Amino acid sequence: MADKITLAYGGGGEETNKLINELFYKHFNNDILTSAEDAAVVNANGKIAFTTDSFTVSPLFFNGGNIGKLAIAGTCNDLAMMGAKPEYISCGFMIEEGLDFETLEKIVKTMSEELSKVGAKIVCGDTKVVPAGSVDKIFINTSGIGHIKKENISAHNLKKGDVILVSRDIGKHGSVIMAHRYNVETTAQSDCKLLWDEVNALIEAGIDIKALRDATRGGLSAVLNEWANASDVGIEIEEDKVPVSDEVTGLCEIFGFEPMDLANEGAFIVAVSQNDAKKAEELLKKFNSNASIIGTVTDGNRVVLKSPWGSSRYIELPKGELLPRIC
Amino acid sequence: MSNLTLKDLYTKFRDPATIKALAKEIHKLADKLDEPMRVMEICGGHTHTIMKYGIKQLMPENIEFIHGPGCPVCVMPKERIDHAITLAKQPGVILTTLGDMIRVPGSKSSLAKTRADGYDIRPLHSTFDVLNIAKKNPDKKVIFFAIGFETTTPMTAALMKRAFNEGIKNIYYHINHVLTPPPMRAIMDSGEARINAFIAPSHVSVIIGAKSYQFLVDEYNTPVVVAGFEPVDVMESILMLVKQKLQNYPRVENQYKRAATWDGNVLAQQMTEEFMEIRDTFRWRGLGDIPKSALKLKDKYAQFDAEKIYANVLPNEHIDDHKLCICGKILKGLAKPTDCKVFGTACTPSSPLGSCMVSDEGACNAYYRYAR
Repeated sequence: MADKITLAYGGGGEETNKLINELFYKHFNNDILTSAEDAAVVNANGKIAFTTDSFTVSPLFFNGGNIGKLAIAGTCNDLAMMGAKPEYISCGFMIEEGLDFETLEKIVKTMSEELSKVGAKIVCGDTKVVPAGSVDKIFINTSGIGHIKKENISAHNLKKGDVILVSRDIGKHGSVIMAHRYNVETTAQSDCKLLWDEVNALIEAGIDIKALRDATRGGLSAVLNEWANASDVGIEIEEDKVPVSDEVTGLCEIFGFEPMDLANEGAFIVAVSQNDAKKAEELLKKFNSNASIIGTVTDGNRVVLKSPWGSSRYIELPKGELLPRIC
Repeated sequence: MSNLTLKDLYTKFRDPATIKALAKEIHKLADKLDEPMRVMEICGGHTHTIMKYGIKQLMPENIEFIHGPGCPVCVMPKERIDHAITLAKQPGVILTTLGDMIRVPGSKSSLAKTRADGYDIRPLHSTFDVLNIAKKNPDKKVIFFAIGFETTTPMTAALMKRAFNEGIKNIYYHINHVLTPPPMRAIMDSGEARINAFIAPSHVSVIIGAKSYQFLVDEYNTPVVVAGFEPVDVMESILMLVKQKLQNYPRVENQYKRAATWDGNVLAQQMTEEFMEIRDTFRWRGLGDIPKSALKLKDKYAQFDAEKIYANVLPNEHIDDHKLCICGKILKGLAKPTDCKVFGTACTPSSPLGSCMVSDEGACNAYYRYAR
């Protein structure tokens, strides 16, 4: 194949067929996809969860992942957060002409590796190649469906006394992307990762999960505010219990950001009943030693952060574009 | 030094035991004060620290924080933001500026909205990014909308020096750099100020030196402590102010010795003076005209001065804040953000009516985010 993607690869003719057969079918190989019908035929008995997301990230490759890993993890994690095992994924590529073929192949290979980790398949897809300048190198849309293994996980379920846990240290993905974007050297790695194994372990252990959410854009702050709002409760978080790595704290100091506002791609927040909190923490620590109980649900209506020196403050929804501070 | 980690740079300054001990000592000594201590923190970074770390809650009743005009974004009058928007719309222009300036509304729009309309506006992390943008776009005029107090001013001067040394001719400057001491004087001279102690800024003082605040002691008999940004810094500075009050010996003290000196960064001051000089007057959002409170490019660099080159298209009429906005009173210590009728209702961070709600470092914004 050519070195670069040209408009011809999106034309529906020979080049498109080559792209599909020699790249996508090679890496996403499964019977449903390669049957090449107009739509995928899948088994769906019982309750299923269905989600979609589009992915655009600059840079395409970052410490700890790339846009392809993000596209699989993002959609599979949205399913996992509803207690559903990711099974069938659709994938739409919008590619800017001129993208290196090698870059596309790297992205596709990563997607294939991630899919195999969770046992999900890409069963249908679409490719568009658009003139230079129409998109930023590549945009990926993935939709996913999966059978729900545990029902009634919802942002509306929180009750006073429930306990809030975080599955690992926060802010990794957001800080890595910021560092790349603003040319700050960092050894920090994005947390970009599939979360089904952790969620499945909680379900199998019979933990009374009230709510689950991956703390993607908007970070921990957004999840906690959404929950407080949806369940009409207050949430109190202990600042010194919220795990943040030194690298993330350092990058936040440089940029003037709060770790709690930064995006994650492999960290989730879970609310469980009080009795199950310790058990859930022990279980999550097996996957990441930074997993921690961070707070409790109260009868207020705001998210409050308690400092280790006895004062407290609100945690607000992050607003708008995150921009570095001036001085 | 090789064993020093990033964590060491801040953990001790956020140590709960130290903060609690300082709070206890402040309470003990403040009991002996014969009048309330009303401390103005000039710098928005301090306002942010006070609210974010809940320091206000640790204070005794007779110590009150008054939030000063030290946020470069907040103090920018709408007409200057209109300048930036107008410049961005000129043919062949790339407009660059720092940080959250891009969000701040002018009279009709903001740079963020103007960017969404298709104009080339780029928020920067580092001032020096302007050099690369200019090199990559030799056929464009790259205008740097320069903002900030004395902290960011030397960076603009350094950018000019680098651009001239490298022979880059397509960078132009719209200078909005403001000075810290003049608004402090203006507030004290207003005749209504209730301030009787100052916490002086961290980063600004690194550049201009602690000596810059001596006039507050000499002319207004008011104690000053140059304070760092961390919670322990602010707590220790308050304790130092209480001690000065009890000794009845006002002076300029420097708590932030690890970075700020009496004379400041002389090299940075000289570099600024090479390119910039003091304006006769500058209009501050919320405070109005303050004489000799801002900088402009020296005449010999007029060919790079966007304010002069585009003078015929830049709007000049003054635009006041919303009439219900009480930012002027808040900045003078005559009112609290929560006293304002539009606080948190018609005026929020996503649609600010007044200067103090505009940036993360503004007093109203800090109250809204952390403690309303």
